[in-house]
Amino acid sequence: MSNLITKYFPFFTDKEVPHTVSARPDTGLYSAKLGIWLFLASEVMLFGGLFSAYIFLRIGSEPGYWPAGLLNVPVGTMNTAILIVSSITVVMAWAALKMRQLGKYKLYMLVTILCGLIFLTVKLSYEWPAKFNHFGVFIKKEAASKYEDFLGNKHLQEAGQNPRWEISGHLLDAPKGSHYAHQAEHNAEHFGHETGRHDAVTPAEDDYVIQLDAVNANPTDKNNDRPHFWPVPMSTKLAVISAADVESASVFAPRHSTYFATYFLITGLHGLHVLGGILVFLYLWLPFPGGTKLYKTNPEHLANRVEIAGLFWHFVDLVWIFVFPIFYLL
Amino acid sequence: MSTIATADVGHHGGTEPHGDHHHHELGFWQKYVFSTDHKVIGLQYGITGLSFLFFGFLLMLVMRWQLANPGAAVPVVGAFLRSVFGETVMTDAGALTAAGYNVFGAMHGTIMVFFGVVPVAVAGFGNYVVPLQIGAPDMAFPKLNMASFWCFFTSCVIMTGSFFVKGSAAKSGWTAYPPLAGIADLEGGSLWLNGQTIWLIAMVFNITGSLLGSINFITTIIQLRAPGLTWMRLPFFVWAQFVTAFLLVLAFPPLEAAGFMQLTDRVLGTSFFMPTGLMVGQTVAQTWSGGGSPILWQHLFWFLAHPEVYVLILPAIGIVSEIVANNTRKPLYGYKAMVYSVFTLGFLSFIVWAHHMYMTGMGAKVAAFFQVTTIMISVPSVILLTALLLSLWGGSIRFNTPMLFATAFLPMFGIGGLTGIPLAFNAVDLFLHDTYYVIAHFHYVVAPGTIFGLFAGVYFWYPKVTGRKMSEFLGKVHFWGSLVFINGLFFPMFLQGMAGVHRRWYDGGVTYEQLAGPVLHWNKVMTASAGLLALFQLVFIFNFFTSWRIGKKVGRNPWDATTLDWDTPTPPPHGNFEKPVEVFRGPYEYSVPGHPTDFHPQSQRD
Repeated sequence: MSNLITKYFPFFTDKEVPHTVSARPDTGLYSAKLGIWLFLASEVMLFGGLFSAYIFLRIGSEPGYWPAGLLNVPVGTMNTAILIVSSITVVMAWAALKMRQLGKYKLYMLVTILCGLIFLTVKLSYEWPAKFNHFGVFIKKEAASKYEDFLGNKHLQEAGQNPRWEISGHLLDAPKGSHYAHQAEHNAEHFGHETGRHDAVTPAEDDYVIQLDAVNANPTDKNNDRPHFWPVPMSTKLAVISAADVESASVFAPRHSTYFATYFLITGLHGLHVLGGILVFLYLWLPFPGGTKLYKTNPEHLANRVEIAGLFWHFVDLVWIFVFPIFYLL
Repeated sequence: MSTIATADVGHHGGTEPHGDHHHHELGFWQKYVFSTDHKVIGLQYGITGLSFLFFGFLLMLVMRWQLANPGAAVPVVGAFLRSVFGETVMTDAGALTAAGYNVFGAMHGTIMVFFGVVPVAVAGFGNYVVPLQIGAPDMAFPKLNMASFWCFFTSCVIMTGSFFVKGSAAKSGWTAYPPLAGIADLEGGSLWLNGQTIWLIAMVFNITGSLLGSINFITTIIQLRAPGLTWMRLPFFVWAQFVTAFLLVLAFPPLEAAGFMQLTDRVLGTSFFMPTGLMVGQTVAQTWSGGGSPILWQHLFWFLAHPEVYVLILPAIGIVSEIVANNTRKPLYGYKAMVYSVFTLGFLSFIVWAHHMYMTGMGAKVAAFFQVTTIMISVPSVILLTALLLSLWGGSIRFNTPMLFATAFLPMFGIGGLTGIPLAFNAVDLFLHDTYYVIAHFHYVVAPGTIFGLFAGVYFWYPKVTGRKMSEFLGKVHFWGSLVFINGLFFPMFLQGMAGVHRRWYDGGVTYEQLAGPVLHWNKVMTASAGLLALFQLVFIFNFFTSWRIGKKVGRNPWDATTLDWDTPTPPPHGNFEKPVEVFRGPYEYSVPGHPTDFHPQSQRD
């Protein structure tokens, strides 16, 4: 089998190019280490492009169109901590290899892989899906006074804050023909089950009914002027919004606003990097020819591989260190 | 699978000589298709790129026909083009439609820059020549090198395929400016299978391939230089490739990010680049969330695309430097100044991008900044050109075909560069922007500039690759024909541009005869020149393929050159050098007093 692979897929065969394992004396580097730093430089520019788009769009956004405090800060903090821990364990794994302690290496690498998996699981099973079931309606400016009870713009003006144009929460009823009808039905059932209030309102055909977020339920509450660290539970208050007064309405998906577009693109690309890192670590952790099997023939080579994969992993963490404040805190 | 491959080995692999002395015999697929050898990958890049250059040129020929003869059917091949490109692009009578003109325009730019010049100049010549010139057995990461080519090849297939979807290929220019590019090709078409979306996907593959390649170049140059090959002993071509690779590593990723953003704008309804309340036709066309900025795209795009200009020109300057030193039989004048200039140029090229955006009204202060940096960058460019010109002084010049192209490169690049200086000034640019003046300016840089440099390189290294020289006679026919008609093609554009002829008029200015009347007749001259230029390229193609079999056989150093690439057997075997190489001197020790020959190779001890 392996003969067939090397015959027809020569990219699995090795070439005798100098400095793949040992350092070149005058540069002090083996080639892959230089290569990964150059790759990381290009990655800095890639994420740099996205972060500058974030700055450009946020500065250029109309007042009231860039939300704050929508993300779950404790969960984000936990994920940050998990990534930092994994950054430490991957260094421990490398150090273990350097000291030729294969058992310890395997243990630390396993912890690193698990940390990565926990991070992704939190992202994919909680953080992202919660957005897709959260609904936001931007009210037309000329109709905003009708919804002052949910927007609280007079209060915000007095407090010197940006105005609020969006009413958000769980969609319980969508206008006829909306492709959110199914989601609304599901939410309404859940709402009825929780509160015992079935058919709480009887909306017209082109109305949105929304179970409000706390901030729209009590828009004049001073506590809601600033984002909260601990997420505030949703209210059971409902708002009925006529489709005619709506500028745009969607779940918190990329198309919702430039904020969510940026959020999903950057966290999505970061998530792909995490996934890539996990796959590489798995390859180095399992008995593949380039993985732990390599330990028997050339442990230094394996240590080098762990080192450059680790450098990549540190970079992925570093990106998160920027992502976390700009989306969760600022 | 295995029987097919075995048969191929019998037909091709078995009869070819192979220099792989420390590995088992490679099969056909390994040797010529999925090869990790830098020379094969260089040729793969080079030949793919040259094909795309010719294809992009042919697209332009059809456009030029339309400009000179608006609405007239394309002669001879009109019906054929109609059957290939379909009704969006060609009328039933065989004339180019307005949409077709936009398709060809966008694809001409895209193909020439990203699929033609960069693959040939950077990946083709770079892959083949750089490891040889630094005395390396291969690139630092051979597998990555192969991955780079196949990423590029995938992008070629996708981009070419986009001609055949409903509504044909992208029409929003090679710059893909939103909001136009955000809505183009979506009405009544498929969300994914339409010209602009496919353009973006192809570009992501292209950029990825280019990134992998340039990381490889930098690592190779730093890590695999032969013993004794110190930095200031590097041939200038290697320096040019080194700086080019840095430009690609650092400038391309923001465009990749921008590509992702435009892609989500088109398929997910985000609005990174789509402003609130955009009017399309008579109505507000808002299927996206709004709040985006078209200017953001321009910033991200030109942050790549200005350094990209230097990516296009630097390898050509590198090639020309090698050929000038070799054929004047003297060292380059001001080698160190050239090295420092090319670095300064590389650095400055990152802070001039917004001079492409004076028309956006980004503000006088920002414009003033970019005006200053743009004027600054002309200093290192002029140093490079001046050093090359001074290198000619007092040399006993051998005017063989490579040298003819290299010599012509100097004034042609000079015209291209000097006509750019007026464009650097905000006030002048406001008048000249969007006219044919700009087209003439950058085509002088990249066509009789870069492409002449590439031709020089092909004639120069052809003997190393094949063991045979290309025909000198045909080469000279190719050169003189190209030189005359490429000027006939581009020089009148300056005249039209200064008269105010807009660069995107589909009918060549007929509609605006009041304005363009006095310069309209140049369209005929330019189109005739373009046609004749194409004829002379056929001479090159003929020469290129026939010389492979019947060209004059040569040894390992037919040009009496000094650099390490001429030290290998011809053609170089797998692993390149027969014995370990060591370097004892600088790259251009020609006509050293007291030395028995007029060249002193870098690898010769004394």
